[in-house]
Amino acid sequence: MSAVLVQASDPQLSWNLVAVVSQALEYPFMVNAFRAGAVVAVLAGCVGWFMVLRRQSFAGHTLAVVSFPGAAGAVLVGASAVSGVFVFAVVAALVIGLAPVASGRGYSEEAAVTGTVQAVALAAGFLFVTLYGRNVNGVTALLFGSFLGISTSEVSTLVVAAVAVLAVLAVLARPLLFASVDPTVAAARGVRVRALSTGFLVLLAVAAAAASQITGSLLVFALLVVPAATAQVLTVRPALSVALTVLLGVGLTWVSLLVAYYVDYPIGFLLTSSAFVVYVAAVLGRRLARGLR
Amino acid sequence: MSGGPPLADLLDMAFMRHALLAGIPVAALSGFVGWFMVLRSQVFTGDALSHVAFTGALGSLALGVSPQLGLLVCTVVVGVGLGLLGGRGRADDVVIGTVFAWVLGLGVLALSLYTASSAGTTAGSAGVSVLFGSIFGLSATAAWTAAGVSVGLLLLLGLLARPLLFASLDEAVAAARGVPVRALGLLFLAVVGATAAQATQAVGALLLLGLLAAPAGAARRLTDRPYLGMALASGISVASMVLGLLASYLLPQVPPSFGILTVAALSYGLSPLVGRRRAGPRSARVRTAGGNRPPPR
Repeated sequence: MSAVLVQASDPQLSWNLVAVVSQALEYPFMVNAFRAGAVVAVLAGCVGWFMVLRRQSFAGHTLAVVSFPGAAGAVLVGASAVSGVFVFAVVAALVIGLAPVASGRGYSEEAAVTGTVQAVALAAGFLFVTLYGRNVNGVTALLFGSFLGISTSEVSTLVVAAVAVLAVLAVLARPLLFASVDPTVAAARGVRVRALSTGFLVLLAVAAAAASQITGSLLVFALLVVPAATAQVLTVRPALSVALTVLLGVGLTWVSLLVAYYVDYPIGFLLTSSAFVVYVAAVLGRRLARGLR
Repeated sequence: MSGGPPLADLLDMAFMRHALLAGIPVAALSGFVGWFMVLRSQVFTGDALSHVAFTGALGSLALGVSPQLGLLVCTVVVGVGLGLLGGRGRADDVVIGTVFAWVLGLGVLALSLYTASSAGTTAGSAGVSVLFGSIFGLSATAAWTAAGVSVGLLLLLGLLARPLLFASLDEAVAAARGVPVRALGLLFLAVVGATAAQATQAVGALLLLGLLAAPAGAARRLTDRPYLGMALASGISVASMVLGLLASYLLPQVPPSFGILTVAALSYGLSPLVGRRRAGPRSARVRTAGGNRPPPR
């Protein structure tokens, strides 16, 4: 699909960056992709920053993966894919957040529940796609993303979701930071650590569901983990590193979208590779700076 | 059971014989490995390796190498590599996430290269069968290979079980008593990688996590005794495999992977009803050893 569009618009890649950008922005689908990419990158950056701090990448990945059965199930029953994605993600977040409480066990139980939820979700998604019976190749788009089909109404849905999540996150930020850095002391000071943790999982679910619209279910990591991990390597000051995360996320997304428009490589590959390069560069740069000191 | 095809000639079908021949040892191995992964809090590493399996299989398809071999090499190398990146033979959450995102991105590239180089429909279904498994499509050779490798890995892990258990429960004391903790951790990750490669053929790259996590989770709820737990995890995993295959045979519209994982997840979900948890000093110690979260920076 992307090959056809690229040939039809006949883009020329050159060193004239202004021309390169304006040429890509002549098409409404590219404008929508840039808008959606920015919204998702900001949302995923802010939520991902806390996720990396709390070492909850596994839960984040699982909640992102749930968007696959969400979309497939909604299409099967004739609802809109985006609504199915959000509903499934929130339900999965509640299952992961509440299951360890019910059994009264610790961290390792949470990992087992998370893994089971993830595998069952994917299996259910595969069942829905099989029952739907048409277009098995669409599976690849759901899993690995396609930024070409984003409509203006989907961009508005993403904006609403992002504003809601960021508003709640702003309210929770201080106690959540406290509870993430030192859960024991926070609990002793009367912070409701358990409730915060479940609440954060729900926020993470919505952010991951939104991000999966761009990157597909499997590559949400590129936006949730990598910018935040890079920023936390570069600075320890919370506010600065959140800002850096958002900048990195938006920058990486826009550059990848632009390159994907001209080069016929999948957006997921471009985004994960550029993010990985930036992370490795940050780690090496820090080592070098420490060595010089 | 009356509406479906007769169960009597189940084993007359070559595809069913192959599926059971490969499926049972792979399931036993997954349950065994999974028990240790849950104990060592390494489920996320298993998640990453299952996605690496996807990249390995599609990468070797795109390059024209044997997918089985490419898969095995890829998962074992990345498994050991993740162990080397983290301290003490375990990888950090963020390192896993970052490497994993990139490897998966490479898999997408391989998928698109492979799709571009061969006829559209077969390539699309190749990607889907790597992701979600094609256990009913195994050839006799593939089934015997998978069974042989799995039995070999089961024996290896059986030999490692005692020192690995010691090293997982109390790393510091084990190291002081001369157990090579780091080497064991790396070897275990290599076994996890090889398991992921075998299980990918049975239930697919994306679903093997369920076969690792769910039976192990159920076994840990049912018993605190380590060796009984390992046996239970393997048993539940094998039962899920057999029942899932049967369900998929009786109801042809249900994919086999879905049947297998539903049984595994149900066993986990129902396990608290069967086993009564006895909270004691022993389970508390297991929990602390398993949940060594790295302190936030």
